[in-house]
This record gives sequence, structure tokens and C-alpha cells, in this order.
Amino acid sequence: MDTSRSYLEPSSFSKKMAAAIIIVYAVITLIPISWMVMTSFKNVDSAISYPPEVLFEPSLEGYVNLFTNRSRQSQEYLDSLPPPKNWYEELVRSREMVITGPSKFLGRYSNSMIIGFGSTFASVFLGALAAYAFSRFRVPLKDDLLFFILSTRMFPPIAVAVPIFIMYRKLGLGDTHLGMIILYTVVNLSLAVWLLKGFMDEIPKEYEEAAMIDGYSRLQAFFKVVLPQAMTGIAATAIFCMIFSWNEYAFAVLLTQFNAQTAPPFIPTIIGEGGLDWPAIGAGTTLFLLPVMIFTIILRKHLLRGITFGAVRK
Amino acid sequence: MSRIKIVNLQKSFGDFTAVKNSNLTINDKEFFVLLGPSGCGKTTTLRMIAGLELPTSGEIYLGDEEVGMLRASERDIAFVFQLFALYPHMNVRNNLSFPLKMQGYKRSDIKSRVEEAAKLLRIDHILNSNISSLSGGDRQRVALGRALVRRPKAFLMDEPLGTLDAEFRELMCLELKKLHLDIGATTVYVTHDQLEAMSLADRIAVMDGGEILQADEPNIIYNKPKTKFVASFIGSPGMNFFEVDEGISKDQSFVNIEGTKFNIPKQLEESKGSKNFFGIRPENLTLSNNEGLKGSVFGVEYLGSRKIITVKTSLGEIKVKTDISISVKLDENVQVKPLNNNIIIFDGETDKSLISEFIQ
Repeated sequence: MDTSRSYLEPSSFSKKMAAAIIIVYAVITLIPISWMVMTSFKNVDSAISYPPEVLFEPSLEGYVNLFTNRSRQSQEYLDSLPPPKNWYEELVRSREMVITGPSKFLGRYSNSMIIGFGSTFASVFLGALAAYAFSRFRVPLKDDLLFFILSTRMFPPIAVAVPIFIMYRKLGLGDTHLGMIILYTVVNLSLAVWLLKGFMDEIPKEYEEAAMIDGYSRLQAFFKVVLPQAMTGIAATAIFCMIFSWNEYAFAVLLTQFNAQTAPPFIPTIIGEGGLDWPAIGAGTTLFLLPVMIFTIILRKHLLRGITFGAVRK
Repeated sequence: MSRIKIVNLQKSFGDFTAVKNSNLTINDKEFFVLLGPSGCGKTTTLRMIAGLELPTSGEIYLGDEEVGMLRASERDIAFVFQLFALYPHMNVRNNLSFPLKMQGYKRSDIKSRVEEAAKLLRIDHILNSNISSLSGGDRQRVALGRALVRRPKAFLMDEPLGTLDAEFRELMCLELKKLHLDIGATTVYVTHDQLEAMSLADRIAVMDGGEILQADEPNIIYNKPKTKFVASFIGSPGMNFFEVDEGISKDQSFVNIEGTKFNIPKQLEESKGSKNFFGIRPENLTLSNNEGLKGSVFGVEYLGSRKIITVKTSLGEIKVKTDISISVKLDENVQVKPLNNNIIIFDGETDKSLISEFIQ
């Protein structure tokens, strides 16, 4: 028997097994995503061809279609136009179409950004303040309040869609950025309070006491001493809040149409000639994936530390 | 620098009273130690002086100002925590300048004061280091530095040496004492370690069960304890206690225990009941071949310059501190007798010392 290794160290066989399982899992989860990215670089015909094409000639048509509105014209009209000014006009002309203007995608995308980051910031900020209060102060009925906050997550948020729809119409919050930020913040807040309370409990109260002795008020001590140390928890919480509000579909369909419509309800409605424009939809979803992916990668180090935090004393 | 005075101070947490009706005066420039077992209320008292807890009733004076209900940030005191509580996301320099920034000092003033404090504590070479890379002793020095850059009215320290290892603790003890002599700041220091208290303090207050039992200079605490608890808490090894099943009268000069005569000091108070205790420190006992309490040797501890011999007698285990030249074997039959009349009688009912001079 090999006695040179520690009994706490997994054997090389189990390490290989673990690696194999992870690779299989990664491949399975990556198939739809890579299919989506591939579709975004196909043209309309190869996107719906059967059997599906794995090797194809890449094209930016999907991205051009995503960002533009076009109209079909007769060959005579196209010939009468001056030569195309750039590559995407040329691409569109080759399909016997002209660009009539930009599409709504950029507006929807920036709505998603404003609402996603806005509600993430609000959830984390309010969640941190509430979590600190629950962690440090003698709040009357603390346990009941915490349970009450958690209970808002015990039904699917969409179960309250009808009352919220009516409420928002009365309050004039329907189809507004503020309305969507408030809605996503409310949904995320219970998660934020619970997650952050765990992190706040781990921070010894001596830190803010030291800051208060040093002449700072409790609120100043909170911002200068407690928050920087809760960064791990804040990063983890922010990622979870961001993923929810960025991907949320049901409320967005129900409550937004024009001003504040986010990308998720918009992307599936991109219609091309003779049906859905799959390359454009693929391009939209690929671009839609990027911000939350970049956000998660930036905070990844914190997230890994964050979700195992408290399991082992620092 | 200022005198600190607490008057009828009381603190309750729900039904539990942590500090009972306490009175203390800590003189200007004094190194004052609050000593007691855990849960005796010493830390709560300190935290009330700091403003981290508000008193249930009573007053706290810092100088001439009543500060009992002021916030910690309004009191102009510095606090050194047991776990140091250095801000881990700042380097040493920023930790030291943190309290000064709040007070709106100019940048150049902050820099010079931080460097002055760093030089005094010999941490000027690590000013740009991260807290996490420091040793325990350096962290301790930074914590002290953060307290003294502000030149506060008083320093409060909550077991600041508790987490250091023994060797370092001794060194820091010396440094603390020297620092105190250098800057002459009023200091209140909490510890459960009697050796630390004895070596640092100008005066010690011994606390138990939320009450201050005695506040005196170390030698008085050691030699003239007012209560049985104070006598038992101070000294290593602790005082030996014997039960006496008789009342003690005013002018009694000895007690008889198991046929051994123990001379006791005069000027006694009358005992309340018929069950009392007398205490005798291990260094005031000796071994003898022909007189004293009979027993057998239970253990021998060699301390270098002295030996501690534990003798099992019919009254229980007795510790005797002897010269190293005395050699005994385990289970050897010996007798224990008092060296002198350095014996303290305690009332069995009130726990108070019966020697008039001690309880004045």
C-alpha cells in the first residue's frame, strides 16, 4: 500500500474521477451555450438547415439584423442607390434590403443595464444596512421579522403578479425604470438580508467599537470599517441579485412594453422574413450573456470565498 | 490626562446584574488594574467608562465632566481591545492615522504624529506593512500606537496581552510599564492574570460577582486582603485555608487545630458565627519533624529557587513553599507548622477579614 501520501489527500484515482465528472458536466452545460453562439454567427438558411450544420461559413448577418431595421426593395431601386458606404450596408444589400434605421435592441439592452445594476445596488445597500441592524442591535421580535422577510421567498414571485400589476397601474409605476428597480429590489432583498446577516455576524463587533472610540459615529464606522470587511459577502450577494434581476422574464413581460422593457422579453420577439430570425436571436442572447458573465468573473474570487465563508474560521 | 471617578455605577442586562453599585476613583496618571475572574464585571465596568455600554444607573466622571451618557466618540478616551481590532483592510500607517483623520488634523500633522508614535513603540520600520503580515507583538504595538497618537484623556485596555504567548507577554508587560512612565497617562487595565496585575499596577481593584471587593496598592492587596476571595485570588500558589469550628473573640492570640497551635495576630474583630476560616500563605509554612499537622507528601514542584510541596493532611491538601535544600520523597510522613503569626482570619458568614487593620 502506498503510504507516502496523507490520508486526508484524495487518491490520484479519485482526483481523475472528479476531473472526468466535471468535464462531462461542463460539456453538457456548455452545449446549449455554444449552440447559441454558433447560431449567432450563421446566416438565416444555415441556422435552420437540417441536419444542423456544425461547420459553417461564419457571418455577421445575425448581429447586423439585431441592431438594424431593414426593408426589402426591388432590384431596380437598389441599383439606383449610391454604392454601400460600409460592410454592413453591403451585407444587407446583398439580401436585397436596405437599412431603414437602428433597431430597439440597444435601448432594451440599456434598460436591462439600468434596471439590473440599479436593483442590485439597491438590494445590496438596503440589505447590508438591514443585516447590520439585525446582527448588532436588539431588534424587538428579531427572529419573527427575519422569518417574515424569508417567507416572501416561499412562493414564486409571479404568484403575486396580478396584485402587483394592478398596484403598479394605480401608482403609475408600470413600464418605468423605477418601478422595475423597486420590484426586483423587493424580490432580492430577503436573500440579501439573510446572506449578508451571516457575513455581518462573522465580523467581530470590536472593529466598529474601535472606530467609534476613534471618534467616528456608528454610521461612519459602518461605512469605513464594517463594509470593507464585508466585501466578500457583498460580492456574493451582488452576483445572486444581479443574476436574478438580469434574467427575470415573467414580470418584465407583464409590466413593461416600451419605456422600460428589458432585453429578455424583447429578444424572442425579433422577427425576420418568414418567421423568427434565429441568427439575430442568437446574437441578442450572446450579447445578453456578456455583462452578467463579466460581472461574475470579476467577482468570482470573492464568490468562491463567499459561499464557503463561515465554514472555517479565518 | 485626567482623573476618572465612578459613583454608584450599576449595569444590568435583563435580570442579570453585571456591575453592582460600584464606586472608584482612579487618580491622574495612575496605572489602575481591574482584576477578577471571568464574569466578574471588570470588562463591563471598563466598557462603561469607554462609552461602549451605557450604565443602568450611576455616574462616570472623566476629569470634572460627567460622561456617563455620552457616546464613545465624544469622550476622548482610547481603548485597546483584547483582539487588537486593527482594521485589516488598512496598512499600519492608515490604522494609526485613522483616529486623527476624524479630528480634522492637517496631513503633515498626522504624518508627524504617526511617526512620533511609531518611533516610541519601535514600529516605524513596518509602517507600510499590512496588518495580516504582522506578528502578535507587532500587532499589539500597533494597537497601542493607535491609542496613543490621539493623546487622549485616558487609556483603557481590555486584557491586551491575553492573546500573546508567555514569553512575549512578559516583554510587553515591561514595555507597557515603561511606556506608562514615559507618557504618564491615566490607564485602566483589565486582566484576570494576577501576575500581570501585580507587576503593572499602581493600584489594583479586585472584583467578583459585579462588586469591587478591594482597591489598593499591590502589596496591600497581597498582604492585607479585606476578604477571603481577595486572599484566595492573589498569590501563586494560592493561600491555604483552614476551617475553624469555633467563634473568634476580640483578643484571641491563637487557634488550636488538630492539636497544633497557630498564633494569630492581635486586634481582631468579633466573629459573627461559630464557623470561621483562617488563611496562611504557602511561604509562611514550613516542614517539621516533630510538631505541626501530620500528613504525607502528595506532590513536589520544583520552581528553581523554591520548592512547592503539597502535603495531604486530615484538613485537606496544604501547599508549602520551602527552600530547595529541603528534600522529601513522595508519601513520606511529614508535619507542617507555621513559620510566624502571618495568619489572616476570615469571618465564615461575611467572608470579611477579622483583622481590624485590614478592613479600615
